[in-house]
Formats: sequence, structure tokens, C-alpha cells
Amino acid sequence: MTFHLIGVNHNTAPLEVRERLAVSEAQLADAVRLLVEQPGVDEGMVLSTCNRVEVLASTRQAADLRAYLQAYFRVNTDSLNSHIYEFQESAAVRHVFRVASSLDSMVVGEPQILGQVKEAYAIARSLGAINSSLEALLSRAFAVAKRVRTETAIGSSSVSVASVAVNLAQKIFGSLKNKTIYLVGAGKMAELAARQFLARGAGTILISNRTWERAVDLAETLGGRAIAFDELYQAAEQADIILTSTGSAEPVFRKEHAEVLSNRRRGRPVFFIDIAVPRNVASEVNRLEGMFVYDIDDLQSVASNNTAERQKEAERAEKIVELEVERFALRIKSLEVVPTILSLQEYCETIRQAEIDRIRGRLGTITPEQEAAIDAMTRGIINKLLHTPITTLKSAAAEPEASTIQEMIRRIFNLKGNTNSGKPEG
Amino acid sequence: MPLFWLRFALVLYGVGLVYAMLSLWGARQALSRVALPLVGLGVTFHFVALVENAMLSRTWAPSSMHELESLLSFLLMVFFFAIYARYKATAPGLAVFPLVVLMTASAAFTGNAAEPPLPLFVSVQWIYIHVALIFIGYSAVLFNFVASILYIVEERALKTKAVGGIWSRLPALATIDEIGYKSLVWGFPFMTLGLIAGSVLAEARFGSRYFLDPKIVLSILMWVVYTVLLYTRWSGGWRGRRAAYLATFAFVAAIVAWAANNFSQMHRFIAP
Repeated sequence: MTFHLIGVNHNTAPLEVRERLAVSEAQLADAVRLLVEQPGVDEGMVLSTCNRVEVLASTRQAADLRAYLQAYFRVNTDSLNSHIYEFQESAAVRHVFRVASSLDSMVVGEPQILGQVKEAYAIARSLGAINSSLEALLSRAFAVAKRVRTETAIGSSSVSVASVAVNLAQKIFGSLKNKTIYLVGAGKMAELAARQFLARGAGTILISNRTWERAVDLAETLGGRAIAFDELYQAAEQADIILTSTGSAEPVFRKEHAEVLSNRRRGRPVFFIDIAVPRNVASEVNRLEGMFVYDIDDLQSVASNNTAERQKEAERAEKIVELEVERFALRIKSLEVVPTILSLQEYCETIRQAEIDRIRGRLGTITPEQEAAIDAMTRGIINKLLHTPITTLKSAAAEPEASTIQEMIRRIFNLKGNTNSGKPEG
Repeated sequence: MPLFWLRFALVLYGVGLVYAMLSLWGARQALSRVALPLVGLGVTFHFVALVENAMLSRTWAPSSMHELESLLSFLLMVFFFAIYARYKATAPGLAVFPLVVLMTASAAFTGNAAEPPLPLFVSVQWIYIHVALIFIGYSAVLFNFVASILYIVEERALKTKAVGGIWSRLPALATIDEIGYKSLVWGFPFMTLGLIAGSVLAEARFGSRYFLDPKIVLSILMWVVYTVLLYTRWSGGWRGRRAAYLATFAFVAAIVAWAANNFSQMHRFIAP
């Protein structure tokens, strides 16, 4: 049994190629069914997201996954060859671990990928396409992903300007529930940011814009309220978060405005997100107590700091993955010697039974105690004899010579069947 | 035996202290899953120690400085866990654990001597109630102080845009603010009732001259600062620096009032 993975991702293939290979949710079941029908494929699953399409299989003998791609997608794989990556054995294991831990993602550390892998796994499992070996691999991959998430800070910092702003707001206000966001200027960026705030549970949205119609329109789409520019400063009193993006050449909020604001709000904090250039909020405002002003440069520098931070954490995560790949390989190998151990025990037990049957006739009537003694003695001899070979097998499982030792034991004892594991791992 | 439990609790608090320090250097959640239950276990043993001690000395009245330290550190830990249960915030532990470890250590390693029991002028239950109420008030003042320091630190981090690093592990500014304010609100009735209980006791024993004692004057001063602090938070929405100055003042007043035992002629934890 070996693992075999083939796929494309955002690094190796442009969007057009990924689009051609994408499998919609509705078709996923068919794709998996066709996969496990491929010669040599024991178990299989298919993962398809906007950034990657991957086919993972556990194979008994060499299987041609490229042929599967060709058959399923009806594409000529020759044209894809430069985009496709293919991994086997521990390289495949490593890749699965990295994908699940979000180390292979476009935005490293983004949290969605683990859910997507879990979904793909659940679908394949419900079709009976996943058995012991992929089960072992995937459940380990989920555990590794969890370990990476708890032991590194890979997913804890945001890397886009809008999500940095939302995170800062949460750092100031805790929950965004019941918080009021005031958009001063209703451009595209403001709308995008507002949507992020709404997604995190923000309460009310107020909108002012030079063109009144645009404010009304956006208020309608976002479920907010449009505010006339004359009422700007009164409306601002209600706002916890003020996002400015007007084209005004002069600051809209100066120190004197902010002082009034602070008094009216009885010291409750205000978070100014100023994405306008030139700036809409005077920089002195940041010096007032309870007033936090972040302009576009501040947000960008936090975002790029976070990117660097993530890079550092990703390196730690890679080390964890490397360790886990080794550990997993050990576990798989130690499973490989199990059939040999079992047939060795079986073989000896057959001999023991045959010998007992033979001697029973010659002994005539014996007491149950005597019978038990014979049984215990023969069992004891066999266990003692087998002890060393079995422990040797077990401890050699992880070594490169495992298959040689296994083969030798099979030949010495003339055990039937083959070593199950197929070829030794390279 | 009570000392044994207390020392055991001390070791577990030590784990909490190490955890709190490590968390500053970026320790992960994995540690908090182990450390906090251990500290919780420490609180349980601490409680056992307190009860057993009271049973052995056949009185509920704390009779030595060390027993008082033990009681106060126990109440601080209960306070810490109450805040943790409500806000999932462990940051106050940074300031509270060292204090608790110090006081518990002092109680656990020097408090063994058979000190003479308090002369029982008045009902011992009343003394105990007085002490417990006041100590809950002290805990509130301490937590308010810690919260206002954390508030200033985090506010500065947010204003200087230094949002990465160790300060990113602090709870949200609003949460810290609420912890401080709620500590004050909850502590106030205890502090007030504790002072009233003490006054009633003293009135019964010494009459009105008691109220000229430095300990009492300082305690009343502390209560006034406490009330002002609470009032400014409640009515004026004072936060940040101004609130922190007041909180520091209240905290210092509480320490001075505590230390005033040494000058007081009448209010002694230990019988002369």
C-alpha cells in the first residue's frame, strides 16, 4: 500500500487551467467513484477548491493517476504536464499535511482550507472510498493541522487592510455587536470594509457621501442609514468606528471636532479608520485620550508586519509537519510487519495443536490438570521461541532492512502469502 | 497539616506564575490548558488549608499576620477565577500571581509558630466577617489597579501602532475597561460593609476615641478615594490615564491602610 497524489494549485497552474480541472460539489461523488474504479487504486478522494484540484489515492500497485485525470476531465494531460505535481509515499504524506495545515495556501495560514479538506474527506468516506490507510493519513493530517494552529501563531494575524482594520476594532471594542460604523465617503473600499465589519457582527451602519444618491443606494444594500453631510458631526457622536474616505483636501475631523466628540461620548473610545489620501482625520486626533486614528499607511504597515510574522510562524509550522511526516512513516512501517508476525504465530500454533493431538492418543486417559499442564508447557515453549524473532521484527520495522528481515523470516519458516507492503519504501 | 496543604497550593500557584511569565514570551494555549486547572487545584487546597486551620484553632478568627496573608491571597485567587470565568482573561494573573505567591509563601513558611491567639474582646465571628469583607474590597482595588495599568499599556500600544508582539495577547481594551469597572462595582459594597462592621466592633470595644486612630483615619481616606473613583467612572466615564491615576491612588491608600496596623495602638492583627 502506498500513497499517491496528483494535482495542480495556484503556484503551478494559472486560473484558466484550474478552472478546467475544477470539480463542482455536485460532481464530486462521481469523480471519486471513477477514481476508485481505476486499476490499482484501493482508496481515493478528490479535493477541489478555487486554488487547487488534488487527487489522493492509496494504491496497491502502481496506478496511473494521470490517466484518471485524462479520463475524467477529458483533457489531454500532455498539455497539463508542466502544471501538474505528483507525489508518492512520504512526499504525498507531507503534501497532505501541508495542505491541511494551510502551509500550501495562497494566503498562508488562512483557515478555510482545513474545512474544505474535511468536506472532501467526508464525501469520499460516505461513498466508501476511504478505508484504513487513507483514514489513518487524513485523521493524522487533521491532528497535524490542529497542532500547527495551536503551537504556532500562523493564523492569528490578518494580512489584508480591511481585515487588519476589523481586527484592530475588535482589539479596541471586544465584540463588534451593537457597535455603530459610520462611513464618511461611500467608495468601493469603504463598502468592502463595511461588509467585513458586518460579517463580524457590527450593529448599525451610517453612511454619508458627497453624492446623496450614492449614500442612499449603499445604505439600502448594506441595510444602513444615509446621513446628510450637514449632520456629519452630530451623527459622528453615535459612531464607535468612523471610516473616512472622502476626496476632501482638508481634514474632515480636526482636533476641535474630536474634542467635542470625546466630551459628548463621555470618553467612550472612537476608532478612526482613515483610508483617504490626503488624510481626512488630522493626526493630532490620535493624541487625544480614547481616540485611535489609523491611516492607510498605518494599516498597511500592520498588514505587512503580519505577513512577515506569518512567514516566521510558517517556518516553525514546516518543522512540525516534517516531524509528523517522519512519525507517520514510522507508524505505517510498523504496521507492515504485523501480517508476518501474525502468520508466524499462526504457523507455530498449527504445529503445536498437531503435536498435542498426536501425543494425546499415546498418553491414554489423563486428568484435566495434566491436560492443562501440557497445554501450558507447549504454549510456553512456543512463546519463548517466538519472543526474539517478533521483537526483532517490531524493532526493525522502522529500519531500512525491515523488508529483508521480514523476507528472511518468511523463508525460514516457509510462511505463505507475500509481505503485504509491496515494495520497500525508497 | 494545614501548612502542608498550603505549601502544596503554593507549588501550584508557582506553576501559575511561571505560566503567566511564559505567556508574555509567547507561550501557546496548550500551556493554559494545563496551568490553569493546576492553579484551580491550588485554590482548592488553599481552601482546605484555611478550613483545617480554622478547625484546629477552634476559631474562625484569623489570629496571625500569616493567616491573614493566606486568606487575602485565597480571596485574590477566587477573584482571578471569577474574572477568568466571565471574560476568559488571564492577563490580570501577570500582576496577581506574583503577589499571591509572595503572600502564600510568607504564610506557608513562616507562619508555623504557635502565635498567641487574638484576645477575644468581641464576637470572633464578627471579626472574621469584618476581615473577609474588607479583604474582598482590597482584592477589588487591586484588580482595578491592575486593569487600569493594562489599559494604559494597551492604549499606548494601539496609539503607537505597535499592535504586534506580546501586547497582542492582551484582552480587548473594552474588556480590560469592564474588568476594572466591574471590580470596583462589585467590591464597593464589601468594602463599605467591612468598614461598617469594623466600626461597630470598635465602637463596642473602645468607644469613640477609636476613630482618631491612624489606621481608621487611613481606612476612611481609602474608602473616600474608592468612592470618588467609582463615581468618576460611573458618571464621567473616566478611562485611561486619569482613571489610572485614581486607581493607583486608591491602591496605595489600601496598602497604607493595611500597613497602618504597625502604627495603630488598637487595631492589631496580632495581640500585643
